[in-house]
Amino acid sequence: MAYIDLRNELPGIRGPMVYRPETGKVLNELAEILLHDENNTLSRGERELIGTYVSSENDCFFCQNVHGAMAQHYMKSDMQFIDRIKKDFQATPISAKLKSLLAIAGSVQKGGKQVTPEQIEYAKSLGATDREIHDTVLIAAAFCMFNRYVDGLNTWAPQDRQIYVDRAPMRAAEGYSQAGLVK
Amino acid sequence: MAYIQLNNQLPGITGLLENRKDTGAPIRELTQILLRGESTLTEMERELIATIVSYRNQCRFCTNAHSATVIALGGDADLLDKIYHDPENAPVSEKMKALLAIAAKVQELGKSVKEEHISRAKKAGATDLEIHDTVLIAALFCLYNRYVDGLGTYCPEDPAYYQKLASRLATMGYGSPKDPGVRIGEESFK
Repeated sequence: MAYIDLRNELPGIRGPMVYRPETGKVLNELAEILLHDENNTLSRGERELIGTYVSSENDCFFCQNVHGAMAQHYMKSDMQFIDRIKKDFQATPISAKLKSLLAIAGSVQKGGKQVTPEQIEYAKSLGATDREIHDTVLIAAAFCMFNRYVDGLNTWAPQDRQIYVDRAPMRAAEGYSQAGLVK
Repeated sequence: MAYIQLNNQLPGITGLLENRKDTGAPIRELTQILLRGESTLTEMERELIATIVSYRNQCRFCTNAHSATVIALGGDADLLDKIYHDPENAPVSEKMKALLAIAAKVQELGKSVKEEHISRAKKAGATDLEIHDTVLIAALFCLYNRYVDGLGTYCPEDPAYYQKLASRLATMGYGSPKDPGVRIGEESFK
């Protein structure tokens, strides 16, 4: 049960977004630009993976499953592969550049000051652009907000992980602009 | 110097928001709604939430900016000192102490907020909306602090810079400064 009366039964972040639509709308706009906008040299799958990894490190069940399912959908992988990335991305066959960006995201999750110039230089040496580094840091920072919003209000989350996988194609088609703002 | 090339020489968050207006717009709007929109919490109370989270995240730019805004809104050095080091004895209401305690838990991690923190705030008269906004303001500053420090942005040392910035935030809020004349801080960069 959520800590406050959200006046709806929606799971995860959708509950407080419908409770306070004014802020919900803006949170969706931010998610849309960061994760779904096609004007980005990072793929949707790569951006969802950054959100998934940070949510996993923040131990947020709802967000890591929503966005893990989105990454799985875009990357045409399975749940086991996403779980392996969350557990130890260095040991998975993703690109060295994506690994370097996930390492930056992992530092952002711990605290902004944990990001080192060496991590940034390494990502650049593997071809990461300034814009890609910017988006990695901001996506990671945004999930440090989303995760705290979801868990700080103790929202409920479906425990069956397949539910998230089943919903992902619809969310991928629609994007985040209107996500969850209708009951 | 920031870790990435920006299209301006503005310090801290102001340079990042100007550099990327697409993401900057919703971040500014969210801040304006939460810190300056209609609320039963005063602007000062909401700035105190921003300040305690930024301090605990050790983000110097955000701590300086929002503590200066607390001063601009009528706070004093003793209030700030207590917010940093001893919030339970800060000269604020019991309700505000309970909300600051929730904000401090959000700073750690969402899951650190427990039923007892919420019930304390409710007993002290906090409404559901006040608790909601406290959690979201604290979470928003966990974004800001990481964005500012994660990209290694420039943090001015001169207190006069923060006084100027705070005066703008106290009187004009968090919208995008339309008048180039209020693009403050470029001179202190050089």
